Amino acid sequence: MNKEIGTIERRKERLDRGIKVRTEGIYAISSLEEVSYLVLPRLILIIGLLLLPAIIPSLYWKRVISITCIYALLALGFDFLANFVGLVSLGGAFYIGVGGYMAAILNKSMGLSPILTIPIATLFGAIICTLLLLPALPLRGVYFAIVTLMYPLAIARIIEALNILGGTDGILGVAGFPTRWIEQYIIILIIIFALFGLRRLVNEDIGLVFRGVKDNDQAVRASGLSITLYKSIAVFIASGLGSLGGAYLSHIYMWSGISQFALDFSIIPIAATVIGGGGTLVGPLLGCFFLVPISEFLRAFGTLRIVFYSIILLTFIMFRSEGIMVYAQRKYHQFERWVKV
Amino acid sequence: MKQEPILQVIEASKSFGGVQALVNVSFEVREGEVFGIIGPNGSGKTTLINCITGFVKMDSGKVLYRGKEITNRPPNYIANLGITRTFQIMRPYYSLPAYKNLIVPLFSPRARKKGGWRGGGKLGDRETVSIDILEEIGFERDSFVPYKLASSLPTGYLKRLELARCLALKPEIILCDEVFSGLSMSEIASMVPLIEKLQMDGITLVMIEHRLRELFRVANRVMVLNFGAKLTEGTPQDVMQDEKVKEAYLGSEKLLDYTFEA
Amino acid sequence: MDILIYGIVNSFSLALMAIGFTLVYGISRLPNFAHGALYVITGFGVWWFIHQLHLNYVLSILFALILMGLIGAGIYRFVLIRVRGMATSEIIATYALGLAILEFLRWRGFKGMTYTLPVFIEGSIHIAGVPIDLQRIMVIAIGIVVVSFMWLFTHYNKTGLALRGMAQDEHAAMMLGIDSDRMAIIAMAIGSILAGLSAIVLLPLGNIVVEAGYNVLILSIAVCIVGGLGSWVGAILAAFMIGFVQILTVRYIQSHFHMVVALLAIILTLILRPSGLFGRQKELEERV
Repeated sequence: MNKEIGTIERRKERLDRGIKVRTEGIYAISSLEEVSYLVLPRLILIIGLLLLPAIIPSLYWKRVISITCIYALLALGFDFLANFVGLVSLGGAFYIGVGGYMAAILNKSMGLSPILTIPIATLFGAIICTLLLLPALPLRGVYFAIVTLMYPLAIARIIEALNILGGTDGILGVAGFPTRWIEQYIIILIIIFALFGLRRLVNEDIGLVFRGVKDNDQAVRASGLSITLYKSIAVFIASGLGSLGGAYLSHIYMWSGISQFALDFSIIPIAATVIGGGGTLVGPLLGCFFLVPISEFLRAFGTLRIVFYSIILLTFIMFRSEGIMVYAQRKYHQFERWVKV
Repeated sequence: MKQEPILQVIEASKSFGGVQALVNVSFEVREGEVFGIIGPNGSGKTTLINCITGFVKMDSGKVLYRGKEITNRPPNYIANLGITRTFQIMRPYYSLPAYKNLIVPLFSPRARKKGGWRGGGKLGDRETVSIDILEEIGFERDSFVPYKLASSLPTGYLKRLELARCLALKPEIILCDEVFSGLSMSEIASMVPLIEKLQMDGITLVMIEHRLRELFRVANRVMVLNFGAKLTEGTPQDVMQDEKVKEAYLGSEKLLDYTFEA
Repeated sequence: MDILIYGIVNSFSLALMAIGFTLVYGISRLPNFAHGALYVITGFGVWWFIHQLHLNYVLSILFALILMGLIGAGIYRFVLIRVRGMATSEIIATYALGLAILEFLRWRGFKGMTYTLPVFIEGSIHIAGVPIDLQRIMVIAIGIVVVSFMWLFTHYNKTGLALRGMAQDEHAAMMLGIDSDRMAIIAMAIGSILAGLSAIVLLPLGNIVVEAGYNVLILSIAVCIVGGLGSWVGAILAAFMIGFVQILTVRYIQSHFHMVVALLAIILTLILRPSGLFGRQKELEERV
């Protein structure tokens, strides 16, 4: 008999669930249990999002939900660009600002209603952002990131210096939404569509091209595809999401100003992606719904909230860089049990 | 075999910051042949392929494809003409399964034009076509190999995957950059028939190779490069007898051995 | 004439600010986005030593610089070492750290006119009819001293040579027995001390404000990108170009464009000439 009988050595055994083993991408569903295994997490997410405005009573927190959704759009765009196309874009604020100003100008000077300004601002905002970023597309990782980070700062300071577009005051008196319900449900539906649309896209053939660009751009060129074209399509999609968020933001606050180019819009989506788990698309969304409300709770502490989410970001990137969602997915798809060694 | 040139390189030169990688190299490749390019390490073989396929801009010189100038066009344009290449250091999409690797070339304008919007025309969608191509190139259809992530495939399969990417483009010419290097003898033995089959299918092959014995088995003509300049060109037998070639390789036992064996 | 003199002063300020950032990035490929925060902490550190601990000025400066060296080494030892090699994570981690530091200082109320450092030597002189205070002369003098010291250090000192070896080929350097992590710690420590030094020299010219942290970071990136990596001459010429263009725009266009110049310099350089104005093939391959 061994002395160490008191401490039986065990190890944790991890086994993939049956359905996971059988279905890598192709679903062969055989029972209701398995259907629910696949559908339930998605259904919970959708229903949860849809119920959110109804269960939250205060007007203030309802507004927070709308803002969170806008951050979520940016985070989706960031995750898509960074983890599926390989372009790390730190220019969330750039997309928001362009979309926001465009919607405000369309509304104020041409008198268009939000129903028209938002789609137009989304489309043309995306076109403007893509055109401005086009020359930067050949740059590699860090350098592309630096250019995208500098764009919003430069534009904000140019607007300030030239005193155009309302200068530091911004454009006031932009039309709002008729009711809070419309304001919230439209944006929630948009993020649901954006989420599932992007998830679909990255598994389509064109999505595989994007992922090819990330893995090995030279091989994509050798395959007869222009990487600039596909990178610009991807930037168009991501900046479209951002511009949509910006346009929405202008109509929510009934105002558009240089604070839309502020770094918050660049940093929170990144923090949400790191925390939620890059490359999952759902992760960044949940990350936003975790981070933005917490940051609102801490509003009373002034800039301390920025310190707070910087530290969360730092902790995650150092110790759990895979993020919550990747961890959760792994746990969901696996059995775990202790076995004696 | 038809004798008209499909690919002509005229006076190609390229230097990298003072180092002359290519000095006025001219040659032509005839349709349907296997054209070998050999030479010691650093003699500019890979640079030549990079120049032809547009990955590196030439300093001077011309590349003609069926008489049409394609000098310094972007790589994707050249690939769409049917001039495809493999990479010496394999460049698969590591995060995608082997068969999804081929969806990228199947998505190219050339493959779409030839295969219809679903990628394969009557043959089915792109996934079906890509598994067909993989089978042709030596991935067993009924095994799990085509479905494995490229990052988990062994070298032999990755080399085949490189060739498969070229085939997905329905190529006229394949420029192979050392497809035999890093493979075991048995793997090479199984690759040789594949090369012969490609030639029988009417594809012109340009092969850079260090494995001279295997190359001389399949090649119709061979060109020798040394220090970026063309040394000689001719049938494998002629090249092996050439004194200049022996001199260039002197010290590298490989060619001496093979020469005496042959 | 005054444009020339103030241009030179401004250029040396930029060179001083950027030298730490450029050094660390050129050597260990570690983008230290907390550079601006380190600059600001030094300012407040010295202020705190003087006004709360009642130390004398020289001693405060000395302590602040030692503290900076420790913080720099600490950042590498505890933060960067975990994300080494993942360029984006490095940027995000150091930037988050810098943001946390700066916003913490702002929250504690370190802002306004109350925070100033005394100048080294009072008074001003006239050069060719232009009045210039002695502190600005000090900027030029210390700028020259620091740049030449760093040049000598990296060309004639064993550690300095090892650092340059790392910059050129990390793996080859490791094979020759250079400890990559130790060198990176040294580089971070030196870079942080240089950030602190530039703060000590430059801050007496104005107030200590948190915003300076962001501006210093942007200016350092601008100098680093325009100059090309690891190229000393390039970085200094870049500092002069940006410095003079800044002075000229402020003079002839508008003072608001002060930072726009740096931002546009970054964007335009990367787009038009990705290797930097004085960069070589290696940088081009890395960036494009």
